Amino acid sequence: MEWETVIGLEIHAQLATRSKIFSGAPTAFGAAPNTQACEIDLALPGVLPVLNAEAVRMAVTFGAAIGAAVARRSVFARKNYFYPDLPKGYQISQYEQPIVGRGQVEIALDGGGTKTVGVTRAHLEEDAGKSLHEDFHGMTGIDLNRAGTPLLEIVSEPDMRSPAEAVAYARKIHQLVRYLGICDGNMQEGSFRCDANVSVRRRGSDRLGTRTELKNINSFRFLERAIQYEVERQVDLIENGGAVVQETRLYDPARDETRSMRSKEEANDYRYFPDPDLLPVVLDEDDIAAIVATMPELPDAKRERFERAYQLSAYDAGLLTATRETADYFEAVAQGCGDAKLAANWVMGDLAAALNRDGREIADSPVDAMGLTGLLQRLRDGTLSGKLAKDVFAAMWAGEGSADAIIEARGLRQVSDVGAIEAIVDQVIAANPDQAGQLRAGKDKVMGFLVGQVMKASQGKANPAQVNEILRRKLLDS
Amino acid sequence: MSLPLHERSLGQLAAGLRAREFSSRELATHYLGRIARLDPGLNSLVTTCAEDALAAADAADARLARGDGGPLTGLPLIHKDIFCTQGVRTSCGSRMLDTFVAPYDATVVARLKAAGTVMLGKANMDEFAMGSSNETSWYGPVRNPWDPDRVPGGSSGGSAAAVAARLAPVATGTDTGGSIRQPAALCGLTGIKPTYGRVSRWGMIAFASSLDQGGPLARSAQDAALVLQAVAGYDPHDSTSVDAPVPEYAATLDDGIAGLRVGLPKEYFGEGLDPKVRHSVETAIAELRRLGAQTVEISLANTALAVPTYYVVAPAECSSNLARYDGVRYGHRCADPKDLSDLYERSRAEGFGAEVKRRILIGTYVLSAGYYDAYYLKAQQLRQLISEDFRRAFAEVDVIAGPTSPTTAFRLGEKAGDPVTMYLSDIYTIAANLAGLPAMSLPAEPVGGLPVGLQLMGNYFAEARLLNVAHRLQEATDWHRRVPPGCE
Repeated sequence: MEWETVIGLEIHAQLATRSKIFSGAPTAFGAAPNTQACEIDLALPGVLPVLNAEAVRMAVTFGAAIGAAVARRSVFARKNYFYPDLPKGYQISQYEQPIVGRGQVEIALDGGGTKTVGVTRAHLEEDAGKSLHEDFHGMTGIDLNRAGTPLLEIVSEPDMRSPAEAVAYARKIHQLVRYLGICDGNMQEGSFRCDANVSVRRRGSDRLGTRTELKNINSFRFLERAIQYEVERQVDLIENGGAVVQETRLYDPARDETRSMRSKEEANDYRYFPDPDLLPVVLDEDDIAAIVATMPELPDAKRERFERAYQLSAYDAGLLTATRETADYFEAVAQGCGDAKLAANWVMGDLAAALNRDGREIADSPVDAMGLTGLLQRLRDGTLSGKLAKDVFAAMWAGEGSADAIIEARGLRQVSDVGAIEAIVDQVIAANPDQAGQLRAGKDKVMGFLVGQVMKASQGKANPAQVNEILRRKLLDS
Repeated sequence: MSLPLHERSLGQLAAGLRAREFSSRELATHYLGRIARLDPGLNSLVTTCAEDALAAADAADARLARGDGGPLTGLPLIHKDIFCTQGVRTSCGSRMLDTFVAPYDATVVARLKAAGTVMLGKANMDEFAMGSSNETSWYGPVRNPWDPDRVPGGSSGGSAAAVAARLAPVATGTDTGGSIRQPAALCGLTGIKPTYGRVSRWGMIAFASSLDQGGPLARSAQDAALVLQAVAGYDPHDSTSVDAPVPEYAATLDDGIAGLRVGLPKEYFGEGLDPKVRHSVETAIAELRRLGAQTVEISLANTALAVPTYYVVAPAECSSNLARYDGVRYGHRCADPKDLSDLYERSRAEGFGAEVKRRILIGTYVLSAGYYDAYYLKAQQLRQLISEDFRRAFAEVDVIAGPTSPTTAFRLGEKAGDPVTMYLSDIYTIAANLAGLPAMSLPAEPVGGLPVGLQLMGNYFAEARLLNVAHRLQEATDWHRRVPPGCE
C-alpha cells in the first residue's frame, strides 16, 4: 500500500476510587443529577481541593505495570478555560510534571508476533461535569456528579500503524487497568474513553502528516471503525489534492463517520500554571515500593506462569488470562479439581459458551469456581460420565444446586458395577445380533453403535470405558 | 472597674463575664449599640447580625453559667466579609456575591464559633481583597475613624475601622500583600499576618492562593495572641496548612527582650518614606533598644522587586481563582443572556468592579502562551531571591523592624485614580507574603493625629516571638491605647 497510517491514543481511565480526587463526594455512576457534588465540586467560594491518596496509589501501580519511571515529584496544574460544566473555570490536571513517565506495553499482532508500543506519560486529573442539552427546552442543564471524578490520562506514542494495532493497544491498557483494579473499564458508562490521533503519510516518509483527533468512541469496535473511516477520509482528501486540517472530529457510530467538531484555530490558550492550592506529590523509594508490593500479578506474567505451571498452550494461556476474573476462576478450578487440562477445557468450553449465550460476565456466572470444581471432581472420580457432566452443568447453570446435590436428586451416579453393566451388555447383544456378529467378524466400526446402545439403555449412567472393555471381552476375546 | 466595656481588653472582658459583672448578651448589646450609632459614618460593616449575635451571646452565657467555655467564650467580634459564614451573606465586597449565602463556615469562623465568640457582623473590604484603601468595595468606601476624609487602608479596611472605632474588641482580616498590616497601621491597631500555612484558608475566599493568610486585627498584641491561638493550626481541608504544633502564645508574651537582635533593613528607610513616619518608627525602635534589644542594619537587597513581583503573581492566581464567578451556579447573573458568551461576559462585566477587572486582565496576560516565561516564571524566580534575602537576614537577626506603610492614612480618592501609586503603598508589606513569613504591625507614635505602624517581621513560625516583642513594647508605651476622636 502507498499510504502508512500513524496512530496515537489518549486514554482516559476513570479511577475506581470511592470518593472524588479532590473532595469526599462519592463517585458512583447513575445518581440523580447534582446529588453527588459537594461544595468543592460545585466550586463554591472559599473551597479548597485535598488530594485523594488512593488516586495516587492507583496511578503509581499503573506506572509500575508499564515499566515506567514513577515521578518522585509531580505537580498539579490548572488548565484554565470557561465552560458551564467546568465549575472552577479551570481543570486541575498535571502538565509539565506528570506522575507517570515513559513506559511501554507489548501487544500481540494479528499475524503472530508482538510489538512494543510506547506510553509517553500518564497523569492524574479531574473530570468535568456534564451538560444536558436534551432535557430542558431552550436551556442547558448542568450535572456536576461527574465533576472531580479521578482520571488517569494515558498518552501513547504514535507507534501504531493500523486500526487493529490501535485496538490491540487499547485492549492491552484496558486489561492492565482492570487487572490492577484501578478502573472498571466500562466503556458504555465512560469509565474508559479512547481518543485517537490519526494521520497518514506516504510510505517511506519520515515526516508525520497532519493529524486529527477522534473523540466520542465508546467501544473497541467503534475505535477500529472510526480510525478506518478517518484514514480513508484523509487519504481521499490528499489524493484529491486537498490537505488534512488539524482538528478535533467526533465519531458518529450511527452513520459510521467522523465529523469536524472544532479546529485548532479556535483552540484555547489554557494558561497552565502550578495549582497553588495543592502541594507537589512527593514519593520516595519506600512509598513506591510499598505500593508496588500491593500489586497483583500482571497479565503477561500470569500467562507465562500458566503456560509453565499448567502445561497450557500459549493460546489457551492467553485466553485464560484475558481478564483477572477468568484467570482467578480457572486457577481455583484447576487447583481444586487437580487437573488443569480438564479445568481449562471446561472454562474455555462449556462455561465460556454458556456465558456467551447468556451475555454474562464470569464474575456473575451462575456456576462459580467452587461449583465447577465440585462437578469436575465427580467427573474425575468416575461418578459422572462426560455426557452426564454436561447435563449436570446445565442443571447447575439453571440454579438447581451443587453437582453433588443434582447427582443425588436425579440419581445420576455413573454405574461402574461390572455386574450391572454386563447385564445391560448382554441385553444389547441379544437385541442386536447382526451388529454383534459384525464386530465378532472384526468390523470395529460397529463398536461405537453398540456402546451407544448400552449407554442409552443405562440412561447414560454406565461408565463408557467399562462398557467398551466388557463388549470387547464378550465379543472378541471369547 | 470604671473602664467602659469597649475599652477593655479581651482578657478583661472574659474576666468580667466570669465574674458575672456583665453578661455576654449585655456585652453584645453594648457593641451593637455602638455599631448603630457610629457605623453609619464609617461604613465599616456590610452586614450586622444583631439577632444571631444575641442568640450566640445567650448560648455563651449558658456555657459560662455551666462553668464551661474558654478564654474567648462570650466575646464579640467581627469577621471580614471574605470568610464564609453559614447562613449569613458572604459578599467579599463584590456585587458578584451580593446575594451569596455560604452553606458552610470557614475554618477560621468555625474555630472561633466553637470557642464561643459572638459574631456581630461582617466587615466591609476592598472587592475580593484587591485594594489598599477600601475604596474598591461594591458597598462603598470605609472611612478612617481618625479622620473620616481619609481611608482606613485595605483590604481589611472595614475590620480595621470597626476595631479602631470600638465597634468590636477584635476582628478577623486577611493579608495577601499587607491587607491586615497596612489598615492596622493606618487605624492604630495591632494586626498579625501569620506564617503562610499557619492558619487554614478553607472558607476564606481566595484572592491569591499562595499569598493569602488570615489573622486578627486587635487593639493589642495580647488580644491578637488570644485570637491567633484559637484559629492557628493544621486543617485537613487545606493542603497548604502546616501540620506543626502551635505554641502557647500567651506563655511567652512577657519574656524579656534583652539581647534581641533587631534587623533594620536599609531599603525600608530610604526614599519614599515620609520623614515624619520615619521619625515615629525610629522612636519605636529606640524604645526597643531601651528594652534591651540590639539593632543592626541589614540589607534586603531585592526589596524594590517585591511590588512588581507581587503584581505578576497575585493577578495570575486571581485571574484563575475568580474564573468560577461565571453566573452559572451562584452569584450575579446578567438579565436575559442571549447565549453562553453573553452570559459570561455581561455577568462578569456587571459583577466585578474596575480594580478586579484590571487584575484579572493582568493575570490572564502574564499566564498567556508566549508571556508565561517572561512574566510568571520570572516572578517565581524573583520570589525565590526575595525569600533568600530573608533567609540570610534571619541567620543574623531575630526580628526585622521597619515601617508598615510609607505614609499615614491618605485622603479618600487621593490615589484611587493611579493604581501604581496605590500599589506602592504596600512596598514594605508585600515581601513577607512573597516569602511566606509572619509579620505584624503595631502602633508607633501618631503623627499629626494619625496613626503610624511599626512593622515586625519574623522567621517562619516565629509568631510567638513577634507577639512577645510587640507586647513588651506595648507594656512600655501607650501608643496603642490612643482612641480616635468621637470613639471614646
